[in-house]
Amino acid sequence: MMKGREWLKRYWVFLSLLAINVLIGILWPQIGRQSWTLTKSNLVEMISVIPPIFILLGLLDIWVDRATMVKYTGKDSGVKGMLISFLLGSAAAGPLYAAFPVAAVMLGKGSSVFNVLLFIGAWSTTKIPLLTFEATSMGIRFMITRLVLSVIGITVIAFAAEKAVPVEEKIS
Amino acid sequence: MFTYILYGCAAAGLAVSFSKDRGKTVKALKKAWKSFENILPQFLTVLVLIGLILSILDSETISLLLGTKSGIWGLLGAALLGSITLIPGFVAFPLAAALLKNGAGYMQIAAFISTLMMVGIVTIPMEIETFGKRMTLFRNGAAFLFSIVVALVMGVIL
Repeated sequence: MMKGREWLKRYWVFLSLLAINVLIGILWPQIGRQSWTLTKSNLVEMISVIPPIFILLGLLDIWVDRATMVKYTGKDSGVKGMLISFLLGSAAAGPLYAAFPVAAVMLGKGSSVFNVLLFIGAWSTTKIPLLTFEATSMGIRFMITRLVLSVIGITVIAFAAEKAVPVEEKIS
Repeated sequence: MFTYILYGCAAAGLAVSFSKDRGKTVKALKKAWKSFENILPQFLTVLVLIGLILSILDSETISLLLGTKSGIWGLLGAALLGSITLIPGFVAFPLAAALLKNGAGYMQIAAFISTLMMVGIVTIPMEIETFGKRMTLFRNGAAFLFSIVVALVMGVIL
């Protein structure tokens, strides 16, 4: 277990909000009670969806070996490289800023800029665990529509960025 | 329905992984727990926040700010909000779903979600380290414009 102080540091925003909620409950009982009911039902709903998502995420993280995939995404990898970059980004886990170190490794090992941009785009928007979660909370139609548009947009942006920005400016 | 498919996939994945390598499976589960525990503080925070926001703002106020009639300003506001904030999708989607239920427009919510994921103003310094200044600004600018387009299209389709 974590030390108390560290725990407090991570959870203080949550705890203060909780305190505010209690305060509101004392001052305006109706709003406070409503807020409590909403939070509770949301919590129950989320907790019931979350376990399989995180199990899948853990499995992906362990079984998808990043180092071996990197070499399939170089300049001459063509459509296969594009697909791999897209899938690699989609299968990843973690926030977008966790993708930048991976992108740096890919660039250093000779992946094409276009493919790395596809990878970043996929990491940011079409992550598989997140898509499943999006479908459960926003509906399948919302998810699919956004997915189709995103795939087009990510490709266009990657293409335009590679063309528009001179090579020597790309890596600082 | 979708939840059952998810549970099925997770169970199948675990079974295959376990039959192949016990140690790796345990490691995967540990990673799963760790990544969950990582977002737990933000997760709880946003859940309480949703409760508070929705009980203080009634549906009328929400539809006024982000509703279908909030038009281009609601759209731009939502897109800007998404560019600045840094909340994981696991937390953002429940919030978005709750706002939708309470009168926000599809177009505005789509703009928020899209910029939230693709545009990162806070993380620009980290991105510049990897891609350089021009590439980073180009990517974020293009992603912002693209998010607006996505939102407009989704507003028409959905």
